[in-house]
Amino acid sequence: MADTASGKRLSEQFTLPQLLARNVAGHPDAPAMREKDRGIWITHSWAEYDRHVSDFANGLAALGFRRGDKTTVVGDNRPRLYWAQIAAQSLGGIAVPVFQDSIASELVYVLNHAEVAVIVAEDQEQVDKVLSLRDQLPSLRLVVYDDPRGMSDYESDILKSFEEVERLGREYAAAHPSFLKDEIAKGKSTDVALFAYTSGTTGKPKGAMLTHANLIGSAEGFIEVEELHRGDEWLSYLPMAWVGDAIFSLVLSTVVGITCNCPESPETVQRDLRELGPQIMLAPPRIWENMLTTINVKAADASPLKRRVFEYFRRLAEEVELERSEGRAVPGGKRFMHWLGEWLVYGPVRDQLGLRRLRWAYTGGAPLGADTFRMFRGFGINLKQVYGSTETSALVAVQKDDEADPNTVGRPCHGIEIKIAENGELLIKSRGIFAGYYKQEDATRDAIDPEGWFHTGDAGFVDPRGHLVIIDRAKDVGKMADGTPFAPQFIENKLKFSPFIREAICFGNQRPYVTAMIAIDLTTAGHWAEKRGLAYTSYVDLSLKPEMAKLILGEIEKCNAGLPAETRIKRFLLLTKDFDADDAEITRTRKLRRSFIAEKYAPVIEAFYGGATGAELVSEVTYEDGRKATVRSDVVIHDIGGAAATRKAA
Amino acid sequence: MSATASASAGIAPGDLQLSVRGVSKRFGGVRAVEAIDLDVHKGQILSVIGPNGAGKTSLLNMISGFYQPDTGTVTLEGRDITSSRPSQIAERGIARTFQNIALFRGMTVLDNLMLGRHVHMKAGVLSSFIYWGLAQKEEIRNRERVEEIIDFLKLQDLRKQPTGALAYGLQKRVELGRALALDPKVLLLDEPMGGMNQDEKEDMARYILDVNEEWGVTVVLIEHDMGVVMDISDYVVVLEQGSRIAGGTPDEVQRNPEVIRAYLGTSKGGGTV
Repeated sequence: MADTASGKRLSEQFTLPQLLARNVAGHPDAPAMREKDRGIWITHSWAEYDRHVSDFANGLAALGFRRGDKTTVVGDNRPRLYWAQIAAQSLGGIAVPVFQDSIASELVYVLNHAEVAVIVAEDQEQVDKVLSLRDQLPSLRLVVYDDPRGMSDYESDILKSFEEVERLGREYAAAHPSFLKDEIAKGKSTDVALFAYTSGTTGKPKGAMLTHANLIGSAEGFIEVEELHRGDEWLSYLPMAWVGDAIFSLVLSTVVGITCNCPESPETVQRDLRELGPQIMLAPPRIWENMLTTINVKAADASPLKRRVFEYFRRLAEEVELERSEGRAVPGGKRFMHWLGEWLVYGPVRDQLGLRRLRWAYTGGAPLGADTFRMFRGFGINLKQVYGSTETSALVAVQKDDEADPNTVGRPCHGIEIKIAENGELLIKSRGIFAGYYKQEDATRDAIDPEGWFHTGDAGFVDPRGHLVIIDRAKDVGKMADGTPFAPQFIENKLKFSPFIREAICFGNQRPYVTAMIAIDLTTAGHWAEKRGLAYTSYVDLSLKPEMAKLILGEIEKCNAGLPAETRIKRFLLLTKDFDADDAEITRTRKLRRSFIAEKYAPVIEAFYGGATGAELVSEVTYEDGRKATVRSDVVIHDIGGAAATRKAA
Repeated sequence: MSATASASAGIAPGDLQLSVRGVSKRFGGVRAVEAIDLDVHKGQILSVIGPNGAGKTSLLNMISGFYQPDTGTVTLEGRDITSSRPSQIAERGIARTFQNIALFRGMTVLDNLMLGRHVHMKAGVLSSFIYWGLAQKEEIRNRERVEEIIDFLKLQDLRKQPTGALAYGLQKRVELGRALALDPKVLLLDEPMGGMNQDEKEDMARYILDVNEEWGVTVVLIEHDMGVVMDISDYVVVLEQGSRIAGGTPDEVQRNPEVIRAYLGTSKGGGTV
């Protein structure tokens, strides 16, 4: 992706708004973005994209936006929220996307910490949330809304519609015709483009400052190892606050010209995916697992003949994929049947899921079960693993088409150096390494050492092939009482491969044996109960059923079989509610906040290791409307295998 | 929304829009409704409450033309509609939903809503068949309006779902959507929150308020959940055993001793309970 004229990389010369100008000059009529509105996909060309960005940027300028001002966008993926970010950057401002489902108290912290001046909100719900916090946000000067529904009666001096800002922008541009061009030209690639607030598994979120050079550099490193074309369809459905979405929907779209498609609503993503048939896709494991569940449920509902055909080809797909991945030759007969399966099963299934045109797809953020991974690959979906983090501008390592492997995260992208520290922590040096945490020099010094290595906090190693393998968060890797290394996430991920287990947390650091708290998956476990005529009323009720405990016991035994004897789970209990971001037990990207959970459930952990046969779960739940209530229930602690004996010994 | 019929209506907000005068209805020996007067003003949310069997639904059925009143008149914007057929009343701008959901269960949400627009379709059989000219324009215009309603009621993900397979609360929402597809001036809602949980009720209350405030649709509501009624109504009318016993703002009605007697049955009221 080097610019041949100057021999320099894009990331060394341009900002995102400058690249947008390049796109408009090069291919003004190519589709830049689509949004589905009222059931119809509406396309915006690069020229239109640019016109909206210009109008909005001029409008912001007319309303007193200054270089360095921060602009937050909050809402589901909408073109205007993306345009607002580029518009702010055009004026030398910084985009601060936040999670749309953040509760008010979380928002206050981030908005104040970033000193946000402008908030662009998707709809009435988000505006209400922002306006309710207005007294606590001294730096806030302007709130802009996208969807005018329900907004007619609002009277606030700082509230404006997106159209109105654009109209003010056109007036401003008429009076100051060269203003915006000059402002865009002033931008340097080393300017900060985006604050990406990390989800914060410990303490408050930190704002990672990413420059244009970081973002564009990370995208360039990715392009050199993966095939991407202008006009490739990309579905923008991941949270805008997650850096992974920013890299694709903002950066790779402006760098390469992929087309971003905004779904109609979060509920229609599956249908929109099918209508769109994207060539490229990135999805966390949960989405792949949901797709697999959909396939299995539909197969189970099919006629017996169809079901048998499906089962046969499904098994065949997994066998063939396993043989291929191990480098063994696939026998001719099997190859023929697999070819037949493409016509009978694999192709139609891909079509139903909207994955028929997929050139490649990535799973990342958390491990995906090896079986699920192989099944999708066996069905002809080029699914691969990706690894990255906010501080490295999302992309660090990817797998090549012929090296897909569920156990590794692939080779480092072009221009990325990796090193494993003595304590097993993965260190990274690349163009994508962030410029530091905003207003947190201490944290920055902890993260980037004097030699420029970024400390990821992930423990990992490089396998003989040169692939990176991630085990766990480095600080979570502990030792059991007898000195055996203990990586809780490794065990939890194995547990979560069970369709019935939604969340799990394991304890064992400095302890004689491993214990686990399990949150069942209401959909699949509920389905399982219904099929057996087991009546239940709620999550609490279902999780207290002895039959459910027996089912999960079986699942844990399966997981234990793949673990060394020392780290096998000996005792467990079923939680009466799932971990919830609103209760601060997990982050918005569904990462466990271990120390918080350990503190909150301290009596339960005592019961685990004190030999008690039960524990009382006291949980404070926060309802959707913000009300709080306390729920108490007595749960049984279950022992596995020879656990009783172990306990006596301990 | 400019497409709403009420925008073109000749009366201003606050004017008398729907007037019921001395309406009675008997079924054999049962007096379902006895000489009821009711004035609904444009832009109002008026609730009709009362114990079971008070005659609320019968009253709604007479307004919408499903029952023919024995005596009395119903006028909409000055025009007598007492003896009009239900279809004519619908065309004049009164839409309703039913206590027991009355959707086409085998049809999709989209088709149910499109059907709600049939009064706005003028194209003949032949031109519809060829799908050219007026028929095509009409279909596109109607679909546009239906999509506005889908967007308004957040039904995007259910467009192609058969209504029979939907959860109860969603079916109620689709029924509201079908009534809205008529572009009504007056919306009659018969227990729109019956059988719903608290979340669904709050959503429905929000939709009713939005329909009223943003689209300027007058709402006549029958509802048993007093919390909702007192929250969203401008005016409340209380019926008991077919007769109107009180009317006023929610505050006035809550303090009215007659109403308290009808609902709680104090000993002083004498013999009627």
